[in-house]
Amino acid sequence: MRIGDFHASYRHDEALFDTRVQRAWFAVLVVALLAFPFVGGAYFVYLACLLGIHLISAAGLNIMTGYTGLISLGHAAFMGVGCYTVAVAERAGIPFYLALPLAGCASAVIGLVVGVPSLRIKGLYFAVATLAAQFVLGFVFREWESVTGGVRGANVPAASLFGFELAGDQRIYFLIVPLAVVMLLGARNLFRTRVGRAFIAIRDRDISAEVLGISLFHYKLLAFAIGSFYAGVAGGLWGYFFRVATPELFGLPLSVFYLAAIIVGGLGSILGTILGATFMTMVPELLRAMVGWAQALGVQDASVFLASIRQVVFGLLIVGFLIFEPHGLAEMWRRVRRFFHLWPFRT
Amino acid sequence: MDWLLLAEFSIVGLLSGGVLALIALGFVLVYKGTRVVNFAMGEFMMVGAYLFWTTHVFLNLPWWVALALTLVGIALLGAVVERFVLRPLAGQPVISIVMATIGLGAVLHGVAEAVWGGANLSLPQLLPRTPFMLGEILVPGQVLWSFALAVALIAGFTAYFHYSKGGVSMRAAASDPVTAYAMGIDVRGTQRRTWIFAGVTGAVAGVIVASMTSLSPTLGTVALGVLAVIILGGLDSIAGAIVAGLIVGWLESITVAFVGGQARDLVPYLVVLVILMVRPYGLFGTRDIERL
Repeated sequence: MRIGDFHASYRHDEALFDTRVQRAWFAVLVVALLAFPFVGGAYFVYLACLLGIHLISAAGLNIMTGYTGLISLGHAAFMGVGCYTVAVAERAGIPFYLALPLAGCASAVIGLVVGVPSLRIKGLYFAVATLAAQFVLGFVFREWESVTGGVRGANVPAASLFGFELAGDQRIYFLIVPLAVVMLLGARNLFRTRVGRAFIAIRDRDISAEVLGISLFHYKLLAFAIGSFYAGVAGGLWGYFFRVATPELFGLPLSVFYLAAIIVGGLGSILGTILGATFMTMVPELLRAMVGWAQALGVQDASVFLASIRQVVFGLLIVGFLIFEPHGLAEMWRRVRRFFHLWPFRT
Repeated sequence: MDWLLLAEFSIVGLLSGGVLALIALGFVLVYKGTRVVNFAMGEFMMVGAYLFWTTHVFLNLPWWVALALTLVGIALLGAVVERFVLRPLAGQPVISIVMATIGLGAVLHGVAEAVWGGANLSLPQLLPRTPFMLGEILVPGQVLWSFALAVALIAGFTAYFHYSKGGVSMRAAASDPVTAYAMGIDVRGTQRRTWIFAGVTGAVAGVIVASMTSLSPTLGTVALGVLAVIILGGLDSIAGAIVAGLIVGWLESITVAFVGGQARDLVPYLVVLVILMVRPYGLFGTRDIERL
């Protein structure tokens, strides 16, 4: 139940966490995240790292697609740019705290290169232009062997800080998860500023936004650059986490995965990004566990069908959410909260 | 430059563009009829080809019975998709439609993989293989016949749209659904028919592609390159789809001849990026005028 929340000043009204309860929960979350790698099992720490990377990337895509309305089918390729940048930077001896921002910037620059011609078009045509970018970048990853290692891929050395190697899931966790928290907070904060509001205005009605004095080109480009920056950082972390960059990792299926994550979670909502990315990361793991149980119960061929079951469930989730819950898990969560808002006095 | 080689690859490329144009026609039909870009087109092709394999190779029916059954099956699939996936999403933003068809594609892909397995199957040669000599230039028979088949189908559809009552009502419903509805046209029926036709063109294209190469769940990836074709042609122009199909077929063939096979899949996308820079609404598409 939420009481005594009067929003008496603008400061209070705009605050990121507007009640003491929320701040307390956030503190609890931070402590839990800090303690997690020491109490959670190795598998769950691995999942948490993977989830952190997915969260950053999905947040970037949600800034572009959910908040600004630019549908990108090439998000994974921009992650790839970040990943290869990290591989190259590490070869040149650049430490990770410089390599990661560099990965983000490289991705953002490539985003600008693709964005400048593409942003004259919108909607579907833009989506197809990003699809083209996805394939062209994938081709570059495959064929520019001197830099990317071609089909075999490039190895990424472990990130190290003053000689302390961040190798192994438990150590890299302390790079990935704090960064994910910071970048999600950054994304949330973005939409309290003029820039973020401009993005939302463009999504809702671009012509009206332009009439109101928002430079469409400038802000769309900015949204594209910010989204690509997030993708680049996520890609860089991906490199440090899996220690390898290969072209097929960053293909169209991964781009579609992120789009699915933000749709299932909720377009234009940071909470939705978190819920959706978590959900979509857990579903394949859950399916794998279920197939394991089925095999234990004596179903022989269960694992043969795992890949196809995964695809069918993935597709059904997208279609089902679009038809039955277009605002995603975030809306479901909001409904639950609204129910308990004044509970038990009025429901 | 070897002119004979250029001529030979040009002709083969143009002819193989016929199948691309057929796939493109499937996309354009759905877009014109329902304002939906069907990212699951490739999966329609793939399912069509698998249905044909099941009826023709597995059940050993004669090819014309098999083809008829395949078309009936794919028509059913089209109708079901229209009714249960796209109709509930009418009026939703572009991203919902795009993602719904992508999700549909994933479902079809997964089901096909579960039913028919991931291995390559092969269809018997349906089209005559006897090569055709055009002066000095040798044209493979399959390519020529698939081109003829594509032309015949496209011509058939065009005639249907221009001269039959059903075709005219489909055009009316596409250009202004509200007015068409007020004039007594069964708009939902025409939309269902649109999806059925798209499924049929997709299945035919799928059977042609599969009989010329091989059949696997990834057969549908061809269609993504064709999506480039449609953007080139403008999404709502049948003529554009045909011309763009030919252009891309030609460019791919020329690239294979003079640059190398690995660049082949890239060509449509590069061309798309360039064309979108110059003419954002494609070569033949109508330019939207927006008002507040």
